[in-house]
Amino acid sequence: MKDLLSRVGLWRRGAVIAVPYLWLLLFFLVPFLIVFGISLSEAVIAQPPYAPLVDWLHDEDAGTSKLQLVLNLSNYLRLGEDELYVLAYLNSLKIALVTTVCCLLIGYPMAYAIAKAEPAKRGPLMMLVILPFWTSFLIRIYAWIGILKANGVVDNLLRWTGITTEPFELLYSDWAVYIGMTYCYLPFMVLPLYATLEKLDPTLLEAAADLGCRPWKAFLTVTLPLSLPGIVAGSLLVFIPSVGEFVTPELLGGPDTLMIGRVLWNEFFANRDWPVASAVAIALLLFLVVPIMAFQHVQGRQTEAGR
Amino acid sequence: MAVQPIRKPTRLEPWQDPAQTPYVRIEKVTKAFGDFVAVDDVSLSIYRGEFFALLGGSGSGKTTLLRMLAGFETPTEGKIYIDGVDMAGIPPYERPVNMMFQSYALFPHMSVEQNVAFGLRQDGVPKGEIRERVAEMLDLVQLGRFAKRKPHQLSGGQRQRVALARSLVKRPKLLLLDEPLGALDKRLREQTQFELVNLQEKLGVTFIVVTHDQEEAMTMSSRIAVMNHGVIAQVGTPTEIYEYPQSRFVAEFIGSVNMFEGRVVEDEADHVLIRSEEAGCNLYIDHGVSGPEGATVAVAVRPEKIALSKEPPPGADGRNMARGIVREIAYLGDVSIYLVELNTGKTVRVTAPNLTRRTEMPITWDDSVYLTWQPFANVVLTQ
Amino acid sequence: MKRLGFLAWALWFGYAFLYVPIALLVVYSFNESRLVTVWGGFSTKWYAELFNNDQLLSAAGLSLQVAAMTATASVVLGTIAGLALARFGRFRGRTLFGGMITAPLVMPEVITGLSLLLLFVALEQLTGWPDGRGITTITIAHTTFTMAYVAVIVQSRLVSMDESLEEAAMDLGARPAKVFFVITLPLIAPAIVSGWLLAFTLSLDDVVVASFVSGPGSTTLPMVIFSSVKFGISPQINALATLMMLVVSTGIFIASLVMARQHRQKQRDEQMAVQETVPRPLR
Repeated sequence: MKDLLSRVGLWRRGAVIAVPYLWLLLFFLVPFLIVFGISLSEAVIAQPPYAPLVDWLHDEDAGTSKLQLVLNLSNYLRLGEDELYVLAYLNSLKIALVTTVCCLLIGYPMAYAIAKAEPAKRGPLMMLVILPFWTSFLIRIYAWIGILKANGVVDNLLRWTGITTEPFELLYSDWAVYIGMTYCYLPFMVLPLYATLEKLDPTLLEAAADLGCRPWKAFLTVTLPLSLPGIVAGSLLVFIPSVGEFVTPELLGGPDTLMIGRVLWNEFFANRDWPVASAVAIALLLFLVVPIMAFQHVQGRQTEAGR
Repeated sequence: MAVQPIRKPTRLEPWQDPAQTPYVRIEKVTKAFGDFVAVDDVSLSIYRGEFFALLGGSGSGKTTLLRMLAGFETPTEGKIYIDGVDMAGIPPYERPVNMMFQSYALFPHMSVEQNVAFGLRQDGVPKGEIRERVAEMLDLVQLGRFAKRKPHQLSGGQRQRVALARSLVKRPKLLLLDEPLGALDKRLREQTQFELVNLQEKLGVTFIVVTHDQEEAMTMSSRIAVMNHGVIAQVGTPTEIYEYPQSRFVAEFIGSVNMFEGRVVEDEADHVLIRSEEAGCNLYIDHGVSGPEGATVAVAVRPEKIALSKEPPPGADGRNMARGIVREIAYLGDVSIYLVELNTGKTVRVTAPNLTRRTEMPITWDDSVYLTWQPFANVVLTQ
Repeated sequence: MKRLGFLAWALWFGYAFLYVPIALLVVYSFNESRLVTVWGGFSTKWYAELFNNDQLLSAAGLSLQVAAMTATASVVLGTIAGLALARFGRFRGRTLFGGMITAPLVMPEVITGLSLLLLFVALEQLTGWPDGRGITTITIAHTTFTMAYVAVIVQSRLVSMDESLEEAAMDLGARPAKVFFVITLPLIAPAIVSGWLLAFTLSLDDVVVASFVSGPGSTTLPMVIFSSVKFGISPQINALATLMMLVVSTGIFIASLVMARQHRQKQRDEQMAVQETVPRPLR
């Protein structure tokens, strides 16, 4: 088939691919180059608010003009020097890691239990995990505001049971961000975990038991290693977008909950410093290159295995 | 070695008739996938009306060869001619060839009728004619009353017939069948073998079948090409392949065989004598083998051609006769398999029909026995 | 699941974690009191207020429009991309193509939004297009990151589909384009439908990318929700959330009922086919 298509109308096939290819080149790849370019330019008060990288300089005396390229690394230097940026990056990593671990701790037993359920029940149970994902992300975050704020559900519950007497507010703290992000990204963890666990041959565990392995040990030595691809895929699927998360820390976090997505947003919208915002984006991307490559590797292997 | 058919054919078979031109000509075809050579310099001629089998294990290149005929793969080197036309550059949808797929590849969103009509619709055949030909074809495979069903509403055997009807309705000059019976259970498979042969004779279409099942190839085909590692090991009628295998691979792939190494001591026009230390006797063959005297050769003897007895049979002269002790007996109902350890240490396999009841069988474990066979049973492997 | 004490407990905890906040949201949408946390009696007044909120309604209209256009465009582009990845074997630039397809799945939204905005600004400077930002730029941006999801869904459906179906069609005389429209497309239709719905939902849900690439006068529903939530709790949002939840869960409930029925019917057919088969010779 592949062989055939390479022969029959190569140009026609090329024309078919060209549409999405050009689309992605123009709207995905080129924008990154522009971001990179602007991150090297200087902020000016103008419209748009950055100095062009390339300039034609006219030399009136000689009657010639030359192309001048001005590269400006000061935006990156600022990222390294200003404590704000370094802290924001580190904090983003910390929050993303905690979120990933929380998702794994809640998601793995769920995926495992669903994979172990009767085949007829698995579909509906998975559907229940995915269902919240189909509702608005914003609204799910919003739901937690009512729960976590002072005078909210948690606060009232704690006071009603007598555990606390003072108003207790979880909202506007790192804790609220952990809860909100775990809540939003949980389906992304359960989905790939379930996919690998469901494919696991149950006779493997029977064989382990037959050979004298206790259930807990069998889980550790058979199930866990075999579900590693799912763990890796799920963790990356949670970790990567978490690092750049903006909405959750903005709505649930306190003013001191620094995350890089928020810094970028503020540089862009509040300070109108496009070059620094671009530099922040490029630096964030560099952080994510390794996990994104790992994700693509896992993704590629999975589609290959499906063949 | 000159191949001698058991019985003289009443008419000349097409492949023996120099006046015939082959219908399908495969010339020095090679197909490589990267470094892996799937088909290696294969040449074959297949004649009109043949039921030709490509027989081999998995990875032998038989399916790749079939897919090149259908046009799904392009030969890396070599040429394929069908009815004298070079197939290079002709896409599958323009070839006078149809294929029946191993998975049947029935379109799940179309009814039986629509599946069978699909090919005719592509050719722009008038609607009335399509209806007629589809009905006729479905009657032929006895699926008329299932016309409106979807493939998932059919049993495996019925699906196989739909696939067959779909590939035959366009009246192709050549039908390619990829493991046509592979997905059926054993009982249905045997029955369908005969049906396929009947259908082929009735329609006069040339069939090329890919199979890994030697029994299937033997019962159905006019000729068999045995393939191994992308190379054709031997081409011949089922009898030739079984009775006169040319190589150790073919001898061992088709049925089971005992192999004796030996040295040619006499090579005359009418007989050959081979001294075999392994067999512990001289092997006498009643026709000549054009090989140098003193050469080491392998001689194949089929297990069912060996007779077992407790006493040397009358008239035995020590040629084609070995002595040994029965080590194992496997009772299979119709036949029993004996594993006999010769005095030379070699183990020989013998099959004998169970003419008496199991409990009354004359030969049992640890009996000392004579093994004898006729001169024609020895086959010298030339490759 | 009787033996799995711990697992059952974990499963129920997980579902509680997922659904309790949503349930509370729905309950408080019927609260008379403006203070979301204090129960002031049953009322539907927030729903009435919601339907009188013109700003919110027009934003919802815009969002639905963008989502429908995005879903349609990304289904077209994503299907072609998935087809290329699953069926075209190796072609020049495949690695880059595969990378560009899967990267948006995990790309932080702030980066996508920023980079697309900078592109639009640069394009406008160079060519005069797009003239200002609005519904077109939002649709383009949404299509770019949602087509990746469609491509992945279509690709995995194609990979699990028997390739010999397409070969059989070609063997019977259908040209490649015809094979695609008559065989491939109907068979991957379920994947395309779920791809469309997913793209629609993602577009309807996005606030970050839209904030970057929208212009004055093109405020989407999530942008309105976001700014009103930032100012604090509003029972109107609860009412809106309840309505959205209702639509989505009804849709999914009906879809799963239909799917379950089709599945049962298919199983019954298959069983019947096996039972009634008594193999008979052809002649």
